[in-house]
Amino acid sequence: MNIKLPIMSDLQAQNKQPEYLYWVGCAGAFDDRYQKVARAFTRILHHLGIDYAVLGKEETCNGDPARRAGNEMLFHLQASMVVETFERYDIKKIITTCPHCYNTFKNEYPDVGWSGEVIHHSQFLQELIEKNKLKVPDNIFNEDKIVFHDPCYLGRANDEYEAPRKVIDALKTERVEMPRNKSFALCCGAGGAQMFKEAEPGNKEIYAERTEEALATGASIIATACPFCMTMLTDGIKYQNREEDVKNLDIAEMIANALGL
Amino acid sequence: MTKQIIFSAILLITLCTFAWTIRRLARFFKLTQPAFPVKDIGKRMALTLRVAFGQSKIFRWPFAGLFHALVFWGFIVITLGSIEMVIDGLSGTERIMGFLGPVYDVVIGSGDVFAAIVLISILVFIIRRVFHNIKRFKGTEIKRISTIDAYIALTMILFLMISLLGMNIGYVILHDKDITGVYPVSQWLAGYFAPKMSNNAAGTLFEVSWWVHIILIFIFANILPYSKHFHVFTSIPNVFLSRLEPLGYLPNMENVMNEVRLMINPEASVAESPVVSRFGVKDAEDVNWKNYLDSLACTECGRCTAVCPANITGKKLSPRKIFIDLRARMKEKGPGLVKNGKEFTDNKSLLRDYITEEELWACTTCNACAQECPININHPTLIMDMRRYLVMEEAAAPAELNMMFTNIENNGAPWQRSQDDRLLWAEGL
Repeated sequence: MNIKLPIMSDLQAQNKQPEYLYWVGCAGAFDDRYQKVARAFTRILHHLGIDYAVLGKEETCNGDPARRAGNEMLFHLQASMVVETFERYDIKKIITTCPHCYNTFKNEYPDVGWSGEVIHHSQFLQELIEKNKLKVPDNIFNEDKIVFHDPCYLGRANDEYEAPRKVIDALKTERVEMPRNKSFALCCGAGGAQMFKEAEPGNKEIYAERTEEALATGASIIATACPFCMTMLTDGIKYQNREEDVKNLDIAEMIANALGL
Repeated sequence: MTKQIIFSAILLITLCTFAWTIRRLARFFKLTQPAFPVKDIGKRMALTLRVAFGQSKIFRWPFAGLFHALVFWGFIVITLGSIEMVIDGLSGTERIMGFLGPVYDVVIGSGDVFAAIVLISILVFIIRRVFHNIKRFKGTEIKRISTIDAYIALTMILFLMISLLGMNIGYVILHDKDITGVYPVSQWLAGYFAPKMSNNAAGTLFEVSWWVHIILIFIFANILPYSKHFHVFTSIPNVFLSRLEPLGYLPNMENVMNEVRLMINPEASVAESPVVSRFGVKDAEDVNWKNYLDSLACTECGRCTAVCPANITGKKLSPRKIFIDLRARMKEKGPGLVKNGKEFTDNKSLLRDYITEEELWACTTCNACAQECPININHPTLIMDMRRYLVMEEAAAPAELNMMFTNIENNGAPWQRSQDDRLLWAEGL
């Protein structure tokens, strides 16, 4: 596929108004591992012919990590810039691959002056699968067993447990659950700005505890839908020396793989 | 008549003591900050029906949950009977509500059955506490007094139920053919006692049990506000006054927002925001009224701490401790603030003297605690408000987080990566 990434400012110059903004997020833009997820998801968007654009170099942190770390001032500085950009392009619908960005836009941006439809990529994919607009070949992960780790900001924070599971189930692969799943799920350890600092002293890393639980299910793929969870669980798999036989994939990557994208 | 006078006097003392306690707490509430306007009454009623009366969240731990729900539902019907006892006591009547007929039979009958069920449940709770090693009943924040508190409450409830059954058994034997209400358990038990019991003895059993029961209720009601079992009164209001937003939502600090807007554009028209003495929470008087109510409603069950990822992995953070500390701190500083006004200080604070920075920085805001709390206490928002104080008033964030702030300020990303590289990920797609 040869993709020309649509950029908001280019489209505006051509007087075009795309239906969706794909909010790539800082992890999608800069994290080596999550860049692959952004690429996979972009390929799916093109495969489906979705009318979307990204902000590109006009995208900036929406302030969430600063806010969770107590820096309300910095959050509002970022938020006011982002809201201004959204207003400039008259953004009404956002798709994002990051549950933290999703939560901030959906629940907290109305307080700072922007409201609209905010869609996590799991919800976006699930809806298209349900409407039969996205047909997923089901012969690629046949040998695998998949376990899904609930991101806190998708699950407990926003009550979305089914969408990512339905997306995985479209692959018709064996899917198992960890003992602590859905609203009982254990955090990966990266939320609340923990991603950017060392953990406090304790007797175990949270990601190790969660990875052990995931590995105990005998799954060969630990599926996630969050950049922070991906970093933590990838570390956990490495820590257990299981990189050879266990993969950590985002649901977007699994769908892109299945579609041969 | 003597009985009526004695009863009225005891009731008056009880009510006065209780009113004094409530007045003291109301003064503490006045020290706290605004939280949110209480709207959406319909939604709140539905929530209260589901979470409080339906006990929906307690069932997330099915075994202990079931017994708690039985005790709760028992208390509801038994309380209806207690109201009648108060009217009887004041007016010198006996079973004055009896005229309600079938309704009365249902209420009093289920109260009688529940007395037995609650009694058994309380025995199960005592056995669990004594013989089972239950991790969530322990922790650095659980002092001896909390454990003693638990046993006192359990013992009192046990005797409340024994006296209720004793009262009903005495009544059934005494009135034999002419009984008002139905008493499935007591009538069955009376079958064993009746042949050996004279009418006189049955009358004494009834009188003694009646007085023991009502006096225990009065004592219980006045001890509760000073123990963790204040929960009995505060948890239903606490559920009704829950935050209604999704758990992921963090309340906005409007004053900070307005300040930032004026900084960006001095001409900006911003709503006037209330002047605050400080940003975030440092001490008991900085919390909002819901935080304080949460602290009074907490019965220290420890479900929050048991699911906290930080606590599970040996970090110092325990969500339960945050609220135990808040309650204790208000008890310590509140009277001084009430007496001497806002400027009062005892050179201590909730932050650091009670809750350390290490605890606050260990939170992942995963919301497992808030999800688990059977009465909808919200721990993460208070933890965040304390972080807000640390960062905005003291610039006391861990060094790595200060790095993250700098990165966002300079490059618009939490990592040290240039804004111009924002599209590198898409090269060669």
